[in-house]
Parts: sequence; structure tokens; C-alpha cells
Amino acid sequence: MSNSRTRPISPHLQVYRPQLTSVLSIMHRLTGLLLSGASVVLSLWLVSLALGEPTYTRFAGLWDSWAATALMVAVVFCVYFHLLNGVRHLAWDRGFGFDLATVYVSGWTVVVGAFALSALTFALLV
Amino acid sequence: MAQFRLPKNARMIQGRRHNDGSGMQRPLQLQIYRWNPDDDSQPQIDEYTIDQATCGPMLLDALIKIKNEIDSTLTFRRSCREGICGSCAMNIDGTNTLACTQSLAKLKTPVKVYPLPHMPVIKDLVPDLTHFFDQYASVEPWLKASDPPDGQERRQNTENREALDGLYECILCACCSTSCPSYWWNSEQYLGPANLLQAYRWIADSRDEATAERLEQLNDNFKLYRCHTIMNCTNACPKGLNPGKAIGEIKSRISKEKI
Repeated sequence: MSNSRTRPISPHLQVYRPQLTSVLSIMHRLTGLLLSGASVVLSLWLVSLALGEPTYTRFAGLWDSWAATALMVAVVFCVYFHLLNGVRHLAWDRGFGFDLATVYVSGWTVVVGAFALSALTFALLV
Repeated sequence: MAQFRLPKNARMIQGRRHNDGSGMQRPLQLQIYRWNPDDDSQPQIDEYTIDQATCGPMLLDALIKIKNEIDSTLTFRRSCREGICGSCAMNIDGTNTLACTQSLAKLKTPVKVYPLPHMPVIKDLVPDLTHFFDQYASVEPWLKASDPPDGQERRQNTENREALDGLYECILCACCSTSCPSYWWNSEQYLGPANLLQAYRWIADSRDEATAERLEQLNDNFKLYRCHTIMNCTNACPKGLNPGKAIGEIKSRISKEKI
């Protein structure tokens, strides 16, 4: 018996099927991360505004591109997703909505809601 | 720190194709994780084809058929073949469940079979569950109570007894714990869904007198609060239990009792 070989770790992320539960969980983290970054940019925007028109114009000019607009659309979606899924987490923390059927209904509600609210926002703004 | 990639010695390579489905009425291909501690090789994915026309209805039947007829070296745990012992827990088609209650009819060819995720592999589909059961022992899963005053049994009313439904049925197969990404990254300290559900089984027991002590022991950043309510656990449980809910109950009991 040569059991001296190090036992390999069985595959995990590589083989586990992505499902609504895990995908929404990682999305919550990623949107949170992106929003932290966005809050810094928002503060910089306010600083540039406070520094007067020339600075503000230059700062705003940085965001005048196709990519920047796409990023902003993404940020709006992240706000709604993180907000709605945050409410879901609050409900769990109060002990509600744990049964599997409810988890799926609330999960899909978050996804559809985040898209709908983003669309509504742009419909009203643009 | 979470390690997302598999270490070098754990990366899988293409293995052997043991047979093909020629002449079979209803061929079903299985791709199965193999690792032998006595060989000097990487884990590999072997391919087998069985004829469903001459096989029992469950995935465990297929594994036993392979072991009997094609490759006697294929190693896996099994015992009761009816979903009560928890031995044949494995990752089937991307989710953890019991091979003995997984119907072949619900699987698409090729069926992928791996050991329970992120566990040290002893051989093939047999993971080392030592740490998992050490953690189980750490929740002190027994009744802690003084002797009943009348020297007879400890009584429960119907409601007290019902509080244990959905908890006592856990068979400790580890499907839920090994489906939990948080358990993958923090299993050294985080107790994981199965053992937290077991811990809650005693917290919820009206006869147990150590509730405060149990809650205090669990009130820990790592033991309990690595649960981020991902809910993969509840999705995986082959007994239809809800470990995610049990963990939520523990958290809310701790916050209400302000310990």
C-alpha cells in the first residue's frame, strides 16, 4: 500500500452546475463591488463640479464615449439588482422566504425587476 | 484565501474509453472521475457505456453494473440503495445527490459523475469525510439535559415534536455542505450547512437544556457567519430538507437573544 501520495482535491467550480441560487449570490457580490467603484467616480464627479466649470467640463468630457455610456447603463442595472436582491437578503435575515419555491420566485423577481426598472429609468430619462 | 483553480495534482486528464455502445438497445454513456492512490497519475475521466435495457433504474444500478461487468476497479461507497444511509452521495450531472435515488431516465448522455466537490479524494468516487465528521462531533449532537424530575421519560407536546420535523431526517450525506461555495473556501473553520442543520436540530429540541450554550458556541464569524444564504444547500438536499432555513433560524435566534 503506497498511500503516501497527496490526495487530490475533487473538482468544484469546474464541475458544479451554475444555478439561480449561486449565480444571484455571486452577482450580488460583483454588483456590490462595481457600485463601490462607481461611488468613487460619483464623488470625483461632485468634486469636479465644486472645482468650477473648466474642471467639470474636462471631467464630463472623459465620459463622453460609447464605452462610458455602456458602463453607466451597467451601473444603473447594478443599482437596481443590488437593491432588490438586498431586500431579498433582508427578508432572509428576518427569517422569511427560505423555502425553495419562494427562493426561485424571489430570485426571478429580482432579475426581471432589475431589468424592468433599468428600462423604465432610461425611458423616463432619455 | 479561496483557491479557485485546482492544484496541479488535482487537474483532470482524459482517461480511458472502456467499451462502446455497439449492439446495445439503449446505450447510456457515463464519464466517471477516477483516481488511484497506487498509480502515479493525475485524476482522469474514464468513459463507460451501459445498456439501460438491462440495467436497474437508478444511477447506482449503473455504477454497480459497470463494476460487475466492465471494470471491477471502479470504487464508490454504497450501502442501503434506498436513500437512507447517505453513503453514495456524489456529484452527478453537476449537482450533488445520492446515486441510489437519482433516476437514470432524468439524465442525459453522457452522464458526468464526480466525487463530492472540494474534498480530498481517497479513491475514485470516495471522498475523505474525516473533517466533516469531526465538525459534526464539534456541535455535540446529543441531548444535554438533567434527569427528568419524575425519573421517567422527557415529555414533549405535539408542537414541540413538530419543531424537529425537517431536521431529524438529515442523513449526513454531505451533499449540501459540498455544494456550498462558502464551504469550499472556508471548510477549515466554517461548519457548513449539514452540521449547522444538525446543530439547530438540538437547539430546536424542547428537551435540550443547553440552548444558550449551543448558540454561544456557534456565534462565531467563521463557524456560522460564513453562510451568505447562497442556498445551493437547499437546492442539493436529496431528502428535501432546508439547511439554509435552519442556518437562518440560528442567526435569528442569536440576534434575538443578544448573546
